[in-house]
Amino acid sequence: MPTVNMNVNGEAVSGEVEARTLLVQFLREKLRLTGTHVGCDTSQCGACVVHVDGVSAKSCTMLAVQCEGADVTTIEGLADGDALHPMQEAFRDNHGLQCGFCTPGMIMSALDLARRNSAPSEQEVREWLEGNICRCTGYHNIVKSIMAGARAMAAGQGG
Amino acid sequence: MPKDGIGASVKRKEDYRFITGQGAYTDDIDRPGQTHAVFVRSPHAHARIASVDTGAAAAMPGVVKILTGADYAADGLGGLPCGWQVTGKDGPMVEPAHPPLAVDRVRHVGDQLAVVIANSAAEARDAAEAVAVEYEPLAAAASIEAALSPGAPQVHDEAPGNLCYDWEIGDRADVDAAFAGAHHVTRIELVNNRLVPNAMEPRAAVAEYDRATREYTLYTTSQNPHVIRLLMGAFVLQLPEHRLRVVAPDVGGGFGSKIFHYAEEAILTWAAGKVARPIKWTAERAESFVTDAHGRDHVTVAELALDADGKFLGLKVDTRANMGAYLSTFAPCVPTYLYATLLAGQYTTPKIWCGVQAVFTHTVPVDAYRGAGRPEATFVVERIVETAAHEMGIDPAELRRRNFVPADAFPYQTPVALVYDSGDYEGTLAAALASADYDGFGARRAESEARGRLRGIGLSAYIEACGIAPSAVVGSLGARAGLYECGEVRVHPTGSVTFFTGTHSHGQGHETTFAQIIAERLGVDIDAVEVVHGDTAKIPFGMGTYGSRSLAVGGSALARALDKVETKAKRIAAHLMEASEADIEFADGQFTVAGTDRSVGFGDVALTAYVPHNYPIEELEPGLDETAYYDPANFTFPAGCHVCEVEVDPETGAVEIVNFAASDDFGNVINPMIVEGQVHGGIVQGVGQALLEGCVYDDEGQLATGSYMDYTMPRADDVPSFTVSTRTTPCPHNPLGVKGCGEAGAIAAPAAVMNAVHDALGSRGVSRIDMPATPARVWQALNA
Ligand code: FES
Ligand code: FES
Repeated sequence: MPTVNMNVNGEAVSGEVEARTLLVQFLREKLRLTGTHVGCDTSQCGACVVHVDGVSAKSCTMLAVQCEGADVTTIEGLADGDALHPMQEAFRDNHGLQCGFCTPGMIMSALDLARRNSAPSEQEVREWLEGNICRCTGYHNIVKSIMAGARAMAAGQGG
Repeated sequence: MPKDGIGASVKRKEDYRFITGQGAYTDDIDRPGQTHAVFVRSPHAHARIASVDTGAAAAMPGVVKILTGADYAADGLGGLPCGWQVTGKDGPMVEPAHPPLAVDRVRHVGDQLAVVIANSAAEARDAAEAVAVEYEPLAAAASIEAALSPGAPQVHDEAPGNLCYDWEIGDRADVDAAFAGAHHVTRIELVNNRLVPNAMEPRAAVAEYDRATREYTLYTTSQNPHVIRLLMGAFVLQLPEHRLRVVAPDVGGGFGSKIFHYAEEAILTWAAGKVARPIKWTAERAESFVTDAHGRDHVTVAELALDADGKFLGLKVDTRANMGAYLSTFAPCVPTYLYATLLAGQYTTPKIWCGVQAVFTHTVPVDAYRGAGRPEATFVVERIVETAAHEMGIDPAELRRRNFVPADAFPYQTPVALVYDSGDYEGTLAAALASADYDGFGARRAESEARGRLRGIGLSAYIEACGIAPSAVVGSLGARAGLYECGEVRVHPTGSVTFFTGTHSHGQGHETTFAQIIAERLGVDIDAVEVVHGDTAKIPFGMGTYGSRSLAVGGSALARALDKVETKAKRIAAHLMEASEADIEFADGQFTVAGTDRSVGFGDVALTAYVPHNYPIEELEPGLDETAYYDPANFTFPAGCHVCEVEVDPETGAVEIVNFAASDDFGNVINPMIVEGQVHGGIVQGVGQALLEGCVYDDEGQLATGSYMDYTMPRADDVPSFTVSTRTTPCPHNPLGVKGCGEAGAIAAPAAVMNAVHDALGSRGVSRIDMPATPARVWQALNA
């Protein structure tokens, strides 16, 4: 079995994986980082979104071995101790989650958007979320959360 | 009122774990020594199982055990039970056996017939593919129409003509007589499209067996763990409750689809006893599509009789409803008692008849999905009312006003069994029209026309029966269970509180809402309150969460338990202050002797209850821990009005929702932020039904929409933001005055959207378009 090495949430990790092991399986099953979720089998729902080298990626659609040497950030890596990331804070303040299952993927996608566009419009947020499905919130409050989170990040509260 | 009490938009207590990735969903659970299960499922809609050969599969790497339908049958255990018996015109419904693993016949694509247990999920998957099943494919009946046609393939031998029941409510002759005197009759035919609930968390389960205690534990994605324990323990596996624990941890959405007792739960629990190791199963999404109970799937013809002034004289509704291949837990009541009883809507229609034929087909079982029967009823009523308004040249809002049950007519007995408790339908209509700027629609339509677009506006004045349910009433209608709720308030020695509720939160925010009620009532800080749900080992009992019942029934149980806590605490306070119990007043966390400044805090009383050194022990038990069971006196009747405005591009057939406004009456509101979120989510599921989602089986019974590539889930850019508000008429018969809000959006929205679409297309001569109104359908209708 191949060994894969990567940086996950700032820590060097390595593990033996089958060649067919997906990144999401490596994160969930080997590293027990279960905040990253699996909601589909066709790369449609975005519950599995993490950052690979700073860019959002669907971890169900990458092999673990593809991430050799990469920097991977998961939802567990966002908060600084007890201090939540402003985007996390924005989801709570704006009731941007209900069951919470889509939420890690939503937040990781939102972060990528906010880093590219510090003041996204409602339409820009809605289009950006093309790859993330939420069945609970009707998106209304997710959109509000992301706009607020992006503003907070731009105001220098973190990034 | 404390700042975090009733009526405040308190930020949710549960959010921290979800936004930091610390939620604990079933698939996140790993037990020591855990194995993994994969089910062998039928690729055919209908086939005889000629043989199942597990030999090669059993020899594959990592395989622990393979169990088949024959193994299950050999253990003499039960089939999956149905929780509701409907009695039709010709007697009780046909209730065919539902073996959790098929033995000789499979009846829908996805029907399971064996389970492979291996050390890893990948090994189990590989071995499942190596199980050699010899099928003799049989002809399938994959739709209502096909199943009812002469000579149709039979789903169950004991259900001739594939009929489960033929049921009716109301006096047909009476209604015919009302039609005889009508000035105008409006007739519509409609399809309520089949939907796949698609909670984002796929169903999953982990089962384990402890040899030392002979205790089974099942972690499962359920909305009602006690119901699963009861059904699975008593009817399927014959395990006593004290040796069966069911845990529903964090659950990623349900919408009804996680109410039911599914085969996988029973098979995993049974198999865990055999292998004596924990077993995990998690559905892949493709598997969810062919095993989660689907929703809706009605075909209906309806007629409304009106007099010259537009007063409704009578309503006739003839519906055929798809049950799928087997009866799921609550399936029979959905198109009867949760549907036909709502056909009065918000109106005084004096005569109503409804006939329902429930039909078996070679498809996944159909059961409750968000709204369950009530969206179907609302769709019939609100589509036919709107159509009648257009036909008679009366403004649709005005026609509704002429027929509303007036605000002073409550309690109001409808002709279809229900007694509405309270409401103000004119009020919610007026509020919704104002926030939708109904009066300005003409100008907006003209502006759209100038751009070559077709604009339409549609109303949906819905009603639902929630707070399910008064046990005696539902018992008389065939329910095999009572539908009360249980709550236990445990005050700890230092005055903090744990509340154990039999309801289950899978997105609804109970951990916050219930804590607000406790904070308000006991005057404790909301952070000193913990809400526990979802574990049969911790909570005395519970019927779970569905039918917008958690607050109306579970919250009422909480209120009753708090009454008991207060009563006992007052006795302790009276003792501490050497006063008479009758003189003790309780407010803001302080017990006061009336008319004096003598008082003692809630925390001191709690401590005294548990440290009873100076205590009237002969008269008063120590402790401050009270349990209440609450059985509602009636259903609750949330109602309101949703208004949708659409713009259609005739070149492409694309429908865009340009505005959506809602005014809802949910009775008293505990947390407005959470209520609004529930409405938003419901509306989008309703919009999904109206414009995007349609579950399609081909004639052979293959599911053509079995993934997110083919089944169109609403995405963020399919919908707008919404304008939602509430108006309150408190529920008069429960202690909190609440009605429930979880299903309203999904109930109201489809009719509002489709009325708007029909309004937009009406000028082009289009009179009928079925859901989902996809661009292809709209374009074809415009170019027919
Ligand atoms: S799990 Fe659905 S996109 Fe990755
Ligand atoms: S919060 Fe439940 S799926 Fe988005």
